[in-house]
Amino acid sequence: MAIAVSMTVNGKAVGAEIEPRALLVQFLREHLRLTGTRVGCDTGQCGACTVHVNGRAVKSCLVLAAQAQGAQVVTIEGLARDGELHPMQVAFSEHHGLQCGFCTPGMIMSAADLLQRNPDPTEHEVREWLEGNLCRCTGYHNIVKAILAAAQTMRGMAKAAE
Amino acid sequence: MVEKGIGARVPRKEDLRFITGRGRYTDDINQPGQAYAVFVRSPHAHARIKRIDKAPALAMPGVLAVLDGDDVKADGLGNLICGWLVKSKDGSPMKMGKHPLLAQEKVRYVGDRVAVVVAETPAQAKDAAESLVVEYEELEPVAELDRAHGAAALVHEEVANNLCYDWELGDKAAVEAAFAKAHHVTKMELVNNRLVPNAMEPRAAIGHWDPGQDAYTLWLTSQNPHVHRLVISAFIGIAPEHKLRVVAPDVGGGFGSKIFIYGEECVVLWASKKIGGRPVKWVAERSESFLTDAHGRDHVTTAELALDQEGNFLALRVNTKANLGAYMSTFSSCIPTYLYATLLAGQYKTPAIYCDVQAYYTNTVPVDAYRGAGRPEASFLIETLVDQAAIEMGMDPAEIRRKNFIPKTAFPYQTPVALVYDTGDYEACLDEALKLVDYAGFPARRAESERRGKLRGIGISCYIEACGIAPSAVVGSLGAGVGLWESAKVRFTHTGKVQVLTGTHTHGQGHETTFSQLVAEKLGVPYEDVEVIHGDTEKTPVGMGTYGSRSLAVGGEAIVKACDKIIAKGKKIAAHLLEASEADIEFKDGKFTVAGTDKSKTIGEVVFAAYVPHNYPAGLEPGMEEGAFFDPPNFTFPAGTYVCEVEVDPQTGKVDIVKFVAVDDFGNVVNPMIVEGQVHGGLVQGIGQALLEGVRYDESGQLLTGSYMDYCMPRADDVPSFEVVTSRGTACTSNSLGVKGCGEAGAIGAPAAVINAIRNAIGVRVEMPATPERVWRAIQSSPLAKAAE
Amino acid sequence: MYAFDYHRPASLAEAAQLLAGNPEAKLLAGGQTYIPTLKQRLAKPAAVIDLGRIAELRGIREEAGGLTIGATTRHAEVAGSPLVERVIPALAALAEGIGDPQVRNCGTLGGSIANNDPAADYPAAVVGLGATVRTSKGRSIAGDDFFTGMFETALEPDEIVTAVHFPKPEKAAYAKFPNPASRYAIVGVFLAKTAGGVRVAVTGAAPCVFRATALEQALAQSWSAAAIDGVTIDASNLNSDIHAQADYRAHLIKVMAKRALAAAG
Repeated sequence: MAIAVSMTVNGKAVGAEIEPRALLVQFLREHLRLTGTRVGCDTGQCGACTVHVNGRAVKSCLVLAAQAQGAQVVTIEGLARDGELHPMQVAFSEHHGLQCGFCTPGMIMSAADLLQRNPDPTEHEVREWLEGNLCRCTGYHNIVKAILAAAQTMRGMAKAAE
Repeated sequence: MVEKGIGARVPRKEDLRFITGRGRYTDDINQPGQAYAVFVRSPHAHARIKRIDKAPALAMPGVLAVLDGDDVKADGLGNLICGWLVKSKDGSPMKMGKHPLLAQEKVRYVGDRVAVVVAETPAQAKDAAESLVVEYEELEPVAELDRAHGAAALVHEEVANNLCYDWELGDKAAVEAAFAKAHHVTKMELVNNRLVPNAMEPRAAIGHWDPGQDAYTLWLTSQNPHVHRLVISAFIGIAPEHKLRVVAPDVGGGFGSKIFIYGEECVVLWASKKIGGRPVKWVAERSESFLTDAHGRDHVTTAELALDQEGNFLALRVNTKANLGAYMSTFSSCIPTYLYATLLAGQYKTPAIYCDVQAYYTNTVPVDAYRGAGRPEASFLIETLVDQAAIEMGMDPAEIRRKNFIPKTAFPYQTPVALVYDTGDYEACLDEALKLVDYAGFPARRAESERRGKLRGIGISCYIEACGIAPSAVVGSLGAGVGLWESAKVRFTHTGKVQVLTGTHTHGQGHETTFSQLVAEKLGVPYEDVEVIHGDTEKTPVGMGTYGSRSLAVGGEAIVKACDKIIAKGKKIAAHLLEASEADIEFKDGKFTVAGTDKSKTIGEVVFAAYVPHNYPAGLEPGMEEGAFFDPPNFTFPAGTYVCEVEVDPQTGKVDIVKFVAVDDFGNVVNPMIVEGQVHGGLVQGIGQALLEGVRYDESGQLLTGSYMDYCMPRADDVPSFEVVTSRGTACTSNSLGVKGCGEAGAIGAPAAVINAIRNAIGVRVEMPATPERVWRAIQSSPLAKAAE
Repeated sequence: MYAFDYHRPASLAEAAQLLAGNPEAKLLAGGQTYIPTLKQRLAKPAAVIDLGRIAELRGIREEAGGLTIGATTRHAEVAGSPLVERVIPALAALAEGIGDPQVRNCGTLGGSIANNDPAADYPAAVVGLGATVRTSKGRSIAGDDFFTGMFETALEPDEIVTAVHFPKPEKAAYAKFPNPASRYAIVGVFLAKTAGGVRVAVTGAAPCVFRATALEQALAQSWSAAAIDGVTIDASNLNSDIHAQADYRAHLIKVMAKRALAAAG
């Protein structure tokens, strides 16, 4: 039996009739065609499906769409604001923090959440934070570098805004 | 000097779509009216199919078709192939067991395809797949490599002893003679663990038969769309080659696993016709990836090194048993043979080498190329053996290597195992690596670790590999069924923009960037004006795809050759426009100039003249588009030294990598940023093999490591940051760019460095993966470590 | 996933009523274990009752010198709570080590203990601290009695965990040796000096969390690493699997106990 869900995704109110068993990631990919959020495993380890739900990084393959009723959801497609890339997106490119690109949206969303919580992480803290995101291409070296660089940029921006 | 040309660290063109979530992978594509396929797979490692009852599944809601092996047979579809014929010592060809698209009569591994269910939605297909009735008669499985020979059970009835081939390379008599007079022999038994490639994007495909045109399109996760087209057409027989379009859009990593022609992708294409032309989509779940993507490695080896009194290597003798899994995969025969034993000279001038390999079928997932493919096995063997020899001879591991290196004056160098190395300077890489890691300072670091209760070790690995696959005549003489040249087309538009069409495929390697840099350099056009197009058999020239670190050394050189043709034609046009002799025209930085004058035309002006040939050389074809094929005269031979430093917690056996230095000779480097990235990724796959990853089956052939809960993928906190140097290159002589392949080196060289470091720390060698428990047990048996504890 | 009906009750009473009225229904808290189970079709509930919107089940408060934590309180909330950090820092540290950041943002205390995965972290804290599990039926179940076997608890089929009360220990710490793949505990040892004596709870090593009584006795006599060294851990009841054999687990129990001891001070 279908149920109605509604939520805000990337600033837009959206809704649909869905099966209760629909995962949030399926809702995003199949109903909203926001395919930047990806599915890389079925046990919840890879983190390619990471999005922000009410401001926190969540694996959208481990959440029913129904659980996100009324939530504020941000996906990789909504991270850039007013045509300006998020500093994390810029840093990933500048530091070659991506190769095949498949894990990248999840990595960026997860890393963006880290910096909300900890604006000045150490390399060790970055590596620990990434426990929930797998990458098979980069060896993590440049991902870590990119996140540390983005943190520096964002601290600079925060200071400039003061 | 061209901006963003060869040698520049240019950020990648492909990044924008990926960082904004606009990459387009197969699962992101949806075709109107598409149906969904789910495969019914064998729960048994080895069983006879007694009966399949489709009726309950067909009666389920939304079901459009249920197809099984009988349907495959009825439609006369061919079997999956192995494209490389290996011959046994006695000259007999390898013994191929039949590998049908859907199992016929027998299933041979857990996950083997039994049937496909096509339905309106993925959930309906899955529900119906569960209700398909398959009755099996279970058979004794051949679950373990070391029990395959002489096992009561046969994976393929027609293959005695489950032995696919018994192959050899090298001069056996010379090796026996050298061993007879050796001062010392170092002998080792070692296992090269079985791995799951685990590209982050699972395999996926959409097959579509268009009844109006009687034409087929297959979108899929492929490293080589033209090879897919060739095999599906010529061997499987689903569609004629000119009526089949294969598209590999963005692909989320391959590492070998997406080279191969598997059953699933073929079946969805065929199924589309069976249901009347609706597109059929299949996306593997990760658990299916574990069960069906070709695994890598899986060797058991005995290796012996003969040395003289001074520590010179006299001869190497190797016997390897290789696990092929239940069926031959697309290239599986050549991995433990021509891509393995030919590398056993390593960086050393060992005069005599002999290797024989027995390859067996077992009731496990097929095994084929995985990043490095044969070369990691060779490198791991040599570099752990040489290290062991150093210990037994009381020599420094760096010095025993240095003593036996092929000197830089000896190139080109013919090894005793078929290959001719073109260039190299092994000592330079070793010296640089030892300096960077501060080899001399190691004892002090070890003492400091000891004060914190940790055992510190240092390990060296001097790898070499052969890539840039491959000279067609050479591989053809060894049994390859295809040529391994590459193609390119360089097309100017009226407005001077450039489209580069390549037969290679990029799935993380950054070809769009590297090839743009190449063309910007060669033609003097802005980097931004170059667009690289790949992955669609309807757009690009026939090409062989991307694997074996071949895309730049072979595919890039094809682009260079096409650029050369553009320049040659441009000279004719420029000579005409400048009223000069063609022989006097020089081309540099995007300008055709009459030598010794300031008279010139830009390449844009020349191209415009080619497309608007109002004032044009008589008899010359208009237009500016040139194609080229390149067949390399030899492999490229990247080599280098990796040094790993570990700290072992003697209480738990946990190994931490505290330092890792990689010095590689990749010849000339086009984009150092991308090349370093390739090394980082390779290193972590190599470290993963050494410390974390390993497939386990139980005695009944059930896969125990079938998800990320049980198969350990390296995570960010498992590895350190690396020190990578790529500037020690000796230019390759097999292509005009002087480049060598860089995609696999990290995975090839890293495992021995890690394992040698652990041995150095605890005093005994630990098999891969060196899990905490294995290391802890090894420590219990090591007098050295026990004393430290 | 098999199809199921979905309910989102707004109150505990409503949730309890739904559960009582539908024996084939299952509770969904954070879902970080249950949703993968559903995805792999290892469970076929007729209905799923989502506890995520029940305000009374969520939150952390100080009570009788200890902490009372609502069943649907997220791991990240426990890990990041200044109150938990002040009263029982070992509990905050344990929560910080569960799963990964995304899992901690969703996973809940109640879900963890009701599932009673043999390798989960929270059961070690509940037993190790001598906590009390409160339920929708008004029961207060002692931690020692709550975990009855592998994936089994003392909960009745229609009973819901509402909160857990953790008394404040004198000293406590948790040390875990994670499975490199899943990052669940191969061995996790929660060690506490409480008003009722020394408690040592071990997770990951056996089919169910258990108290290592030999370690407790030794540490009660002497709160020291030497005391731990003197104990022999019986490996015969411990798990052996592809990740660790029983004797290695037995060894790790002592190693982790010593690390917890050092952390507890």
